[in-house]
Amino acid sequence: MDRSGSPLGRLSNRGLLLVALAPVTFLTVFFVYPIASILWRGATSDIGSLLESFGKPTFVRVVWFTLWQAAASTALTVVIALPTCHLLALHRFRGRAALRAATTVPFVLPTVVVGGAFTALFDRLGLVGGVFRVHHTIWAVLLAHVFFNVAVVVRTVGSFWEGMGVGPEEQARSLGASPWQALRWVTLPRLGPALASAASIVFLFCLTSFGVILILGGPTMATLETEVWRHAVWRGDLPSATALAVVQLVAVVAAVAVTNRLQRRLVVPGRQQAGRLPKPARHLLAANLAGVGLLIGLPVAVLLERSLSTHGGYSFRNYSALADRVDLLPVSSLVALSNSLLFAVLATGMAVVVGGLASVVVVHGRHWTSRLLDLGMTLPLGASAVTLGFGMLIALDEPPLDVRSSRWLVPVAHALVGVPFVIRILVPTLRSVDARLREAAAVLGASPTSVRMEVDLPIAWRGLLVGAGFAFAVSIGEFGATSFLPRSPDRLTAPLALFRLLGTPGEALRGQAMALAVVLMGLTACAVLAIERVRGPIRGSL
Amino acid sequence: MYRPVHQVLLASVIALAVAACGENLESAGPLGDLTTAPESISGQTITLVTHDSFVLSDGVLDAFTRATGVGVVQRAAGDTGQMVATAILTGDNPLGDVMFGVDNTFLQRALDADLFEPYVSPALSGVPEGLRLDSRHRVTPIDYGDVCINYWIDRFDDDLPPPQSLADLADPAYRGLLVVQNPETSSPGLAFLLATISEYGNGWEDYWRALRDNDVLVTAGWEEAYYGAFVSGGGDRPIVVSYASSPPAEVVYADPPVTEAPTGVVTDTCFRQVEFAGILSGTQHRAASEALIDFMLTPIFQEDLPLSMFVYPAVESTALPRVFLDHVDTPVAPHHLDPATIGANRNMWTERWTDLVLR
Repeated sequence: MDRSGSPLGRLSNRGLLLVALAPVTFLTVFFVYPIASILWRGATSDIGSLLESFGKPTFVRVVWFTLWQAAASTALTVVIALPTCHLLALHRFRGRAALRAATTVPFVLPTVVVGGAFTALFDRLGLVGGVFRVHHTIWAVLLAHVFFNVAVVVRTVGSFWEGMGVGPEEQARSLGASPWQALRWVTLPRLGPALASAASIVFLFCLTSFGVILILGGPTMATLETEVWRHAVWRGDLPSATALAVVQLVAVVAAVAVTNRLQRRLVVPGRQQAGRLPKPARHLLAANLAGVGLLIGLPVAVLLERSLSTHGGYSFRNYSALADRVDLLPVSSLVALSNSLLFAVLATGMAVVVGGLASVVVVHGRHWTSRLLDLGMTLPLGASAVTLGFGMLIALDEPPLDVRSSRWLVPVAHALVGVPFVIRILVPTLRSVDARLREAAAVLGASPTSVRMEVDLPIAWRGLLVGAGFAFAVSIGEFGATSFLPRSPDRLTAPLALFRLLGTPGEALRGQAMALAVVLMGLTACAVLAIERVRGPIRGSL
Repeated sequence: MYRPVHQVLLASVIALAVAACGENLESAGPLGDLTTAPESISGQTITLVTHDSFVLSDGVLDAFTRATGVGVVQRAAGDTGQMVATAILTGDNPLGDVMFGVDNTFLQRALDADLFEPYVSPALSGVPEGLRLDSRHRVTPIDYGDVCINYWIDRFDDDLPPPQSLADLADPAYRGLLVVQNPETSSPGLAFLLATISEYGNGWEDYWRALRDNDVLVTAGWEEAYYGAFVSGGGDRPIVVSYASSPPAEVVYADPPVTEAPTGVVTDTCFRQVEFAGILSGTQHRAASEALIDFMLTPIFQEDLPLSMFVYPAVESTALPRVFLDHVDTPVAPHHLDPATIGANRNMWTERWTDLVLR
């Protein structure tokens, strides 16, 4: 690829090395070293039984199921999300921003809560038993995966589509192609890179799915992620857990390699006017919109209804209860929320700095090393919470890296997952800065430095904000890795508090848990709407 | 075994401190002057590693610090399984000095990994023999609870009385009514499996075949069972595996307030879970750690356990809160299995169970 047009101009190799220092250190210390440590420990503890577990029939079955459920979930998510992408990309209508925000809210909801909402829905719709049983079947898992991941496709493909314009489609139509032919032979191929890119991200998420599998899939279902956890924590069988974790890591690396390859091919052309769709498609779009609305709206409505329902009718009593500490929690739910907010702000800050610097290296680097950084920085997105959590505990336990009990480690773990989002949004943005815009600035007499300051930075800044929003949302909802890191009890986070509230009988506790979930959703929605606000001029990929 | 004299002194100091402060923590002010604890430990700070469910009322640990001069830093390390796995992985460089919360189902694994240093607390005499499960005293029993069959009282009447025993659950009259948790992923699920093994011995497999024929429902965790399938959360199954202390929780956290618990406990189906504390091997603060173990057996700590964690205090003479006296049916002879037996067989049992019930 021609790098001479890259927005920050040419950077010397030495300068690049300097920029790369922080992200490389961050990744090495907090991800590569811990993961390598725990895998090494597992492998050296009993190599015989590790190798043995590769040959077990259940092992093959788990690997196969993990891969195909992830593939099926991804395909279903893309098919369901595509019309919504179209709608959001090519049509201007009231509530567009709200709809786009709404698709993102489930993306960060704690699975234990979503699982409960889905279970209640299946129950109400009569899908728990009988012929149309969904609960504890693969359908429940697929449905939940679509629910969680629609946002990824809507954002990746939707914004690409928006920037792509409809010129070639109109030409095809004028040459006599039907709307479907235009879609099949013109639009889909043009969307190809964005589609494949979104699909691989969703694949990654579904590959490491944990709560959805256990809660909605039921006791007979097992993926690599749930099996790593079961063997490491429940059975105390580190060699088998390591064998599973290695296979998972290989799958994740492969998925990320594909994702990044496609990301590099993702070229964002200039924006064109939003077009109009042929009439027949509108009914389909309306139907799709209703479907997606129901899929996301119903479980959220269940949570809302439950949070408001108290003895003697609807009230906000569950919400006001959030301020009082119940005996079962070390702090009140409100304090847990403020802890989560603080962690999210810190995690976002780290993700922005690390992700921002890494993006510069990825865009400017000409070596395989920058591609390796791109790959490495994305891996935490598909990392197992068990592997990362245990890895940090055994790796970061001695000076100068004795930080395993530090209050900073939780936001660091969250930031690891936030960084890939920042990179994925920032890199295409940096690459797509309109060269002509900069040329024009240069022709008008601006120095390279002022071009950088006045043209590149404002555009990059907005991309950074979008990534920051995602990093924030990811941190707010994080459960797995947090639970593995030793914390001071008064640093309880909201998702952990929620899990504890649901762990003891009592209607009042359940009501409070639902209220806490709704507040979490509200916070996420606010963050996402803030993203929408700065989104307009961005030509990122997410 | 070797035990410094000052430990006995310390125990008396704490007993005195607790007596002085009595029921009311607010009036514990004068405790601050009682710094007669051994010079050697005053001013030290130790780390207490616990599972996420560990919580105390405000001021309980402060009372310990006031009496001994020892500061306590708490670290929550996930659920019991996570905490034990973490402790084993970090064995050569432990996360803390004292660990609270390992139970009899995980005990053998912890002991096999040499996690703890033996210590006989002088306060152990108040704890019934039946709870002292490690003869070498590497761990000290602090509390216990019972995993039992719970039922929704309103769903039963003279025509269909509540089940009385494990055998009843396999009776066709109770077909399709029971929800249990997977013993491979859930602590109460494992405890219930152990109860059936304790009851039926080698016949436990036949019993579970009968339960399967009787349409038992299995969930991954307690939350999905209690709040998803059980009547309490809107489900339609009126019998669930939960705790003997679930009925008082239903009363304490009821909305609207109730005087009677909506659930009952089948006391013949209970498996006893004992929670222990132990001094982590290699601690640099052995004396202060011993003091903390002693403190966990004092009334101030023991009396706080029921309403904070819905468990029973291990020290027999501890006063129980009203709601526990009114709403708990304590099993007379709960099921139990030797921790060594559990440790040696649990993976084999749960694998066998999976084949029998889920395949």
